[in-house]
Amino acid sequence: MRRFLLIAVPYAWLLVLFLVPFLIVLKISLSDAALARPPYTPHFEWAEGVWAFFSQLDFENFVFLTSDSLYWKAYLGSLQIALISTVFTLLIGYPIAYGMARAPEEWRPTLMMLVILPFWTSFLIRVYAWMGILSKEGFLNQFLLWSGIINEPLVILNTNTAVYIGIVYTYLPFMILPVYAALDRMDGSLIEAAEDLGCSRLTAFWLVTIPLSRNGIVAGCFLVFIPAMGEFVIPSLLGGSRTLMIGKVLWEEFFSNRDWPVASAVAVVLLLILIVPIMLFQRNQQKQAEAEQ
Amino acid sequence: MKLHLTTLTAVLALGTSVAFAEEVRVYNWSDYIDEDLLSKFEDETGITLIYDVFDSNEVLETKMLAGGSGYDVVVPSGTFLQRQITAGAFQELDMSKLSNAGNLWDVIAARTEQYDPDNAYSINYMWGTTGLGVNVGKVTEVLGDDAPIGSLDLVFNPDNMAKLAECGVHFLDAPSEMIPAALAYLGEDPDSHKPKVIAKAEAVLSAVRPYVQKFHSSEYINALANGDICVAFGWSGDILQARDRADEADNGVEIAYNAPSEGALMWFDQMAIPVDAPNPEAAHKFLNFILDAENMAAASNYVYYANGNLASQPMLEEDVIGDPAIYPNEATLENLYTTSPYPPKVQRGVTRLWTKVKSGT
Repeated sequence: MRRFLLIAVPYAWLLVLFLVPFLIVLKISLSDAALARPPYTPHFEWAEGVWAFFSQLDFENFVFLTSDSLYWKAYLGSLQIALISTVFTLLIGYPIAYGMARAPEEWRPTLMMLVILPFWTSFLIRVYAWMGILSKEGFLNQFLLWSGIINEPLVILNTNTAVYIGIVYTYLPFMILPVYAALDRMDGSLIEAAEDLGCSRLTAFWLVTIPLSRNGIVAGCFLVFIPAMGEFVIPSLLGGSRTLMIGKVLWEEFFSNRDWPVASAVAVVLLLILIVPIMLFQRNQQKQAEAEQ
Repeated sequence: MKLHLTTLTAVLALGTSVAFAEEVRVYNWSDYIDEDLLSKFEDETGITLIYDVFDSNEVLETKMLAGGSGYDVVVPSGTFLQRQITAGAFQELDMSKLSNAGNLWDVIAARTEQYDPDNAYSINYMWGTTGLGVNVGKVTEVLGDDAPIGSLDLVFNPDNMAKLAECGVHFLDAPSEMIPAALAYLGEDPDSHKPKVIAKAEAVLSAVRPYVQKFHSSEYINALANGDICVAFGWSGDILQARDRADEADNGVEIAYNAPSEGALMWFDQMAIPVDAPNPEAAHKFLNFILDAENMAAASNYVYYANGNLASQPMLEEDVIGDPAIYPNEATLENLYTTSPYPPKVQRGVTRLWTKVKSGT
């Protein structure tokens, strides 16, 4: 009985929060747009029967996605932005996590607090704050002009650079926390052993610390990459009109074209693309759990 | 037990007060009302007013078509209203509950019938034009004293735009406004629904696209007022609000609005009640409150948009009723055009064209 519950709870969770919404979106993606409320057909009616309902569904909208280069370019654009952001998040997050793990024991709760503290402010407000920092007359430009480093204000807001800054800033804690968790668990005597055996500090870092924190790095990268891929808020606030990301295309299908079926098809394809990294992430977590047992 | 009883009474009291406290949820455009009017409405009627804002017709339309938005009063523009009426999104107004309807201006009512036959589903809130907001100082500095600040040549001629790019240009992120403007610039029918004609707008827009800093439908108010940008293609009242904010800030920024001489889009924002509004009774009370001449005058004096309320005109301030940018004179009025909704297939082409212009893809 206990075993059954143990399995049933996560599956029920998946069913209600993932599978059911996905099936609804899938159904809409196989429908046709219409000027009605809600704006697609067919709606399911018992009187017409199950067969009549299914016979009206088709894959037209998915075929449509292949007919226009906009869609695959937007998927690629998202992929590029998500990948580059993940690399930068790792490059910045790893040293921070490393520093936290090496800090004296009594400092660590405070440092941890500092990483988590920004979450107490709404994500949206923090992104808006970046608009104030990065704009042409913003704090950054004013400071740089005042200090004489530049003579002309830098144009950062409304470019891809601003999107990278926004994503790296927002997702940094998702990288720091798993890496810190991995480094924190590491046995310090292993480094001492490596140094005793003639490793320089740098080689010890490469040969011992990095491999031992591998799971944290992998977890952090997925936690950043997966949500960054479908990101909509950051590119729409900080990005320019040249920033082509699938989240924005999805929004446009939904709001400007009022074409829910094509919007749903875009969402289904996005999910299929993300399933590969999500599965890899799952396997990594599982392997880690097994290793610890 | 006594404690339980008190809790129970408290809960019951709360329940009844929730059930009986009348409320009305209004969804209006951002920066589009004198906020004192909101508390005035609550004081006069005892109805709790929940006021939300949006900055794009598309967002509103999606909520209307999805249904169950929970709003009692919404404010779509004419062409969007027409499509939403067809989709069955609104309920007919109960004119017996709108005692102030006699204040409406027949000139505007006649024009809005194009979207809402017999004006059965909506009342006019405000109307205006789409045109050119310029930071006079910066634009003349860049283009010289004979800068064409009243002509579409300012924003659709790549030579001008290449120079203006350094001080910043914003366009509305609204294809249903920008494409007719580009067609007007070419001398075509701005309200054309022919894909071949619409396609001509792409060349005009793409040619100046590299010089447009942002396509956005509300940020330009602040950006113009702060001096972050020097030209915005936007809505009349928003640009006049930017002018006022700059005056208040006393930052040396001088903003002017001009309806383009090649023709300007005239639009109408209509108040309507969704078919599934939870409180249609309170919604009618809100509409009647807005129809009151004094209230409507206060709103126009605050946001610098013309309204469809004839009785409010004596109460309008001189810089509103006397400004041809807000209340156009006969000559300008002839220069204004209106548009009608695109059919779905054309709409897809329009959105695609817009994406292509904006992203280059």
